[in-house]
Amino acid sequence: MKNFDAISHIKGKSLYIDDFSLPEGTLHALVFDSKIAHGKILSLNIEKAKLIEGVYAVITAKDIPNENQIGGIILDETLLAENEVHFIGEPIAIVVAKSLEIARKAAKEIEIEFQKLDVIIEPRDAFAKNSLIVPPIIFSSGNVNEAWKECDLVVEGSIDSGAQEHLYLETQGAISIPIEENKIKIISSTQSPTAVQKQASKVLGVPMHQIEVDVLRLGGAFGGKEDQATAWAVMSCLAAKILNKPVKLVLSREDDLRMTGKRHPYSSDYKIGLTKNGKIIAYEVTFYQNAGAVADLSTAVLERTLFHATNSYFIPNVKATGISCKTNLPPNTAFRGFGGPQGMFVIESAIVKAASLLGLSPSEIQKRNLLVDNNSFYYGQVVKNSQAVNSWVKAEEKFNCKLMLEEIQNFNNKNKLYKKGISFMPICFGISFTSSFLNQASALVHVYSDGSVGISTAAVEMGQGVNVKIASVASRIFSINVNKIKVESTNTTRVANTSPTAASSAADMNGNATLIACTTILNRLKNFAKIALSATENDVVTIVDESVLLNNQKIELTWQNLIQKAYFNRISLSAQAFYATPEVHFDRIINQGSPFAYHVYGTAITTATLDVIRGIYKIDSVKIVHDFGESLNKNVDLGQVEGALVQGIGWMTMEEIKYSEEGKLLANALSTYKIPDIYSSPENIEIVFLEKSKNKFGPLNSKAIGEPPLMYGIGAYFAILDAMKSAKPSKKFEISAPITPEKVLVSLHG
Amino acid sequence: MEQKLEFILNDKNISVHDNPAKTLLDFIRNNEGLKGTKEGCREGDCGACTVLLGEIVSNKLKYKSVNSCLFPVGRVAGKHVVTIEGLNDPKNLTPIQEEFNNEGASQCGFCTPGFVNSLTGYVIENNKLEFHKAENAIAGNICRCTGYSSIKRATDNVVEFINSLNIISNERIKSLVDKNIIPKYFLEIENRLIKLKKNESNDNNSKMLVGGGTDLFVQKAESLLSQEISFSNNYNLNEIKIIGSEIQLGAAVTVEQIKNSEIFIKYFPTLTEQLSLFASLPIRNSATIGGNIVNASPIGDSTSIFLALNSDLIISSKEKKRKIKLSEFYKGYKILDLMNDELVEEIIFELPGSNTKFSFEKVSKRTYLDIASVNSAIKIETENNLIKSVFLSAGGVSPIPLLLKETSNYLTNKFITAQLVLDSINIVHSEISPISDIRGSADYKKLLLSQLIKAHFIKLFPELVDMEVLL
Ligand SMILES: Cc1cc2nc3c(=O)[nH]c(=O)nc-3n(C[C@H](O)[C@H](O)[C@H](O)COP(=O)(O)OP(=O)(O)OC[C@H]3O[C@@H](n4cnc5c(N)ncnc54)[C@H](O)[C@@H]3O)c2cc1C
Ligand code: FES
Ligand code: FES
Repeated sequence: MKNFDAISHIKGKSLYIDDFSLPEGTLHALVFDSKIAHGKILSLNIEKAKLIEGVYAVITAKDIPNENQIGGIILDETLLAENEVHFIGEPIAIVVAKSLEIARKAAKEIEIEFQKLDVIIEPRDAFAKNSLIVPPIIFSSGNVNEAWKECDLVVEGSIDSGAQEHLYLETQGAISIPIEENKIKIISSTQSPTAVQKQASKVLGVPMHQIEVDVLRLGGAFGGKEDQATAWAVMSCLAAKILNKPVKLVLSREDDLRMTGKRHPYSSDYKIGLTKNGKIIAYEVTFYQNAGAVADLSTAVLERTLFHATNSYFIPNVKATGISCKTNLPPNTAFRGFGGPQGMFVIESAIVKAASLLGLSPSEIQKRNLLVDNNSFYYGQVVKNSQAVNSWVKAEEKFNCKLMLEEIQNFNNKNKLYKKGISFMPICFGISFTSSFLNQASALVHVYSDGSVGISTAAVEMGQGVNVKIASVASRIFSINVNKIKVESTNTTRVANTSPTAASSAADMNGNATLIACTTILNRLKNFAKIALSATENDVVTIVDESVLLNNQKIELTWQNLIQKAYFNRISLSAQAFYATPEVHFDRIINQGSPFAYHVYGTAITTATLDVIRGIYKIDSVKIVHDFGESLNKNVDLGQVEGALVQGIGWMTMEEIKYSEEGKLLANALSTYKIPDIYSSPENIEIVFLEKSKNKFGPLNSKAIGEPPLMYGIGAYFAILDAMKSAKPSKKFEISAPITPEKVLVSLHG
Repeated sequence: MEQKLEFILNDKNISVHDNPAKTLLDFIRNNEGLKGTKEGCREGDCGACTVLLGEIVSNKLKYKSVNSCLFPVGRVAGKHVVTIEGLNDPKNLTPIQEEFNNEGASQCGFCTPGFVNSLTGYVIENNKLEFHKAENAIAGNICRCTGYSSIKRATDNVVEFINSLNIISNERIKSLVDKNIIPKYFLEIENRLIKLKKNESNDNNSKMLVGGGTDLFVQKAESLLSQEISFSNNYNLNEIKIIGSEIQLGAAVTVEQIKNSEIFIKYFPTLTEQLSLFASLPIRNSATIGGNIVNASPIGDSTSIFLALNSDLIISSKEKKRKIKLSEFYKGYKILDLMNDELVEEIIFELPGSNTKFSFEKVSKRTYLDIASVNSAIKIETENNLIKSVFLSAGGVSPIPLLLKETSNYLTNKFITAQLVLDSINIVHSEISPISDIRGSADYKKLLLSQLIKAHFIKLFPELVDMEVLL
């Protein structure tokens, strides 16, 4: 079973926002945004624009009927700027016209005057000016200050990692359709239907039940449509409300790149202390997170950075400080890994630096400090079912690591123009929303009288394959063919109060809710069957492959007949179920607790070849042992690892976001912002499923898969760095990520 | 501005009056409501909008992939446009589509129709399929979800499967129809195209001239809608030929044509391979040499190549024809020795002699489908290790595509050594004026050009230059 709608994708029949046939009279909206990064709006004149034929409205903050506020965690984000602008791309007005061309023409007629204010781009500058989203957050355990004394080596350093554009192939967009008196239906490309519903209801000043949000599928999201799909949906809804007409708003790629936030860039300081044989005793780290102009999800992202500051390692003394810095960039936001990758990159950098000073290989230090059961994470959670050592050892054996190292050594001895490098990248990623209340999901399952099944949950399909997983849960519980099952669009009138499809946990939680709902129906069916078959208390009814069995004997009763009979006997064939992840909690006063249901582990070995003359490189192979649990769908899970890996490699190598001093995005098109193409994906990717791993929190023992494998991509950076060391053993390299060909060449020969 | 346009879209004859500068993408999606062709960027960089274009070339129906977002609908007159809807079988997946399904090569699905089109185009046009060539045919398609592994597996399966069929090469389309790889209506296309009238009268030189449109439609698609346009490939400038001791290229010759040209393969075998570094197949299928030269990007690839080949341009207007050195054509940033009513007709250069070597180098952030940070080409004629003549060019280090004349002079009549290479690099530095931009800092570009010059010599004269000195 492949991705649910794969066949219709492949035939080009799947619909995305831009493809829906529009109701008659649909208008098109365009966002007019700030061209400066920080300033006061002195005057805004929309009169000329309004006069253009075909323009229906130019909507500004003044036209908002209720609250001009869409902040998710912190209420600091206006829908449309009022008096001040804080980043280039900040929405100021919505131009609504008969066609997009007219709207574009009209937007050029809007006159605006600014008084420019100081612009901050770098997080450390923001920190120096005390421009913060929230006060610093500190997690710690043990006592680092005492611990430094016990160390044979204490190393300090600083390292930066860059932003990353999501580059979902489908840009942001929504269509809002007024339905009768007050009700509006929003078709949105969002990971968070409820967030869209809630913010629209707030901006319009109507109860949530007047807003219906429907999400069919997303053409990619990767976190970029968790919080940042909301604004566009609310804008189209606002326009639809004001004009009482359907309004479509789809961002062009250029607008999308300019107006939306990215993965947070970080600038970090670390200090690591070890014994001479590589045991890590203490680690202190400060993360300066570049949050952009408003909070968005930054504080939650920063927390996850802190949770993953020690990656897969047990370190007894840790102090980690997270500082969310407010700058004049578009609000940075969720991106696969949600701050985890940024945290892990720093500890890995610290280990590599320490290794060179101790005369060890980085992998010796890594392996020596891997988490084992009953260790504690430094935020208090006890390690259970750790697969860190398991996956590492398995990777060493399975991929004949010794031989790999030898081959690289030989190659490097023989070649001068090209050098090879290798790295190990263990990962440990916590599963659950760290805001514990979000760990809830629901499912609504209908069995129709012909035996077909329709399922609605809170999960949004965006290519990650959640629908096929939910269908396979239902198919296994009912023991019916998946082609009898349809997973419906995500709709707030069918499933309310949805948590975002994020944190890798949608399949877990919605799968579990589906499992409960299906089980409820199944039990009703079994009870009914017993009565219908005049069976006794002790008889056992089961359903296997669409046949009803009595005491394991086939009888002349199929699934379809059973359903029909149940219907005529007035048995409820629908069930709604709720699932809340048990046991997760975190105390934000002491910053200790058990925020994760479980962790996902794995190890990647990456090799790279460096072209010493040209400063370019190629990732040759990535070999991974990954802990999938009992995979619900191997095809989908494999695809998630491969896709996340290459996205991680992109973040670490070629994907470079640059802003000018005035806060202007320089990589503002696909011609300048490069994501991996088919040739950048490693020639040899090998993925091994770690066996015999169970997980009571995942439906049918499965494990979450969306985010963790992205962090294998970090290995690419260190493999390239390793090759550079072979090329120039005497040089000390301090290279921020991404490690672009430019940085490589300048570091080697500059 | 409207023009009568007749062409075939999938199985349907189209006859409309429309603006020839409208993009094919908008025509397909908005006029025809075919939504399988997606918009991902409108600048030729994602491939979501890829369609196939069939036309009769030397009495044979040939298909190629193009980016419909940069392709003016005026240029499809008389041709066959194939979108994903035109490849679908009403019931089943085609065997090519089937492999995408089997391998899980479609996740969010947004990129998928583009991939299927590109790969099908490759399958239609090639007799003996090879994985690496198939991969190159889909390299202009970007996927953000899969990481490409599943797509590579699907491609590999397709190559193997199609090769295993007994396909008769001189009846390839019929054969592919028989095996259900493409739909039945393809059988009739050739005849239907012959019946279509082409409106190719083009004599007004004051119209905006469009080559492949791959620069124009990125830079000013909107303003083109309100201009009269004409197409350079309507001037019979599509040939590559040898006349005497010279190679002549029509200005409407595409990059892909050069890449596959027997003449170039014979005289510049490494160059033709390296042209896969130029954009992507669908762009190369459209991009003309004339466009590249007249666009005058300081970092154009073919400009660097033809500068090093010491080329001349033939430029014509209604009144006269003239010939100038390509190196004299560029007067400043995007300032050309070209009048409004003039047309670049041909690029002409000498056939390389037996002692002549040629090398092209290009480094970009992403190796493929990316504009260079710096590129460089060199043509060098030697006799017993002595440089008789040399033309060295560089892109990305000055406001114009640059022939490094002083460096070339300096190198002439010297024996090739590593030290000579190092010395020449000092001269190079006095000739260039790189600026810092998104493709790299000025210092990087300076360093990179030095490295590429070393690379030329290491590649061409490995036995003469001491690598230790150059590393
Ligand atoms: C995704 C993408 C990737 C690219 N990658 C590369 C790359 O790797 N390397 C590279 O060098 N370029 C690259 N380009 C740029 C572009 O493809 C080339 O410059 C191409 O050769 C332009 O040719 P064209 O025929 O499409 O030009 P057009 O866009 O049609 O025309 C460009 C200019 O030339 C004029 N013109 C065209 N023909 C003539 C003529 N015969 N006489 C007078 N004027 C004429 C036009 O009026 C216009 O001003 C890329 C472009 C895209 C969109
Ligand atoms: S839309 Fe991206 S290449 Fe055409
Ligand atoms: S499947 Fe989503 S972009 Fe390719």
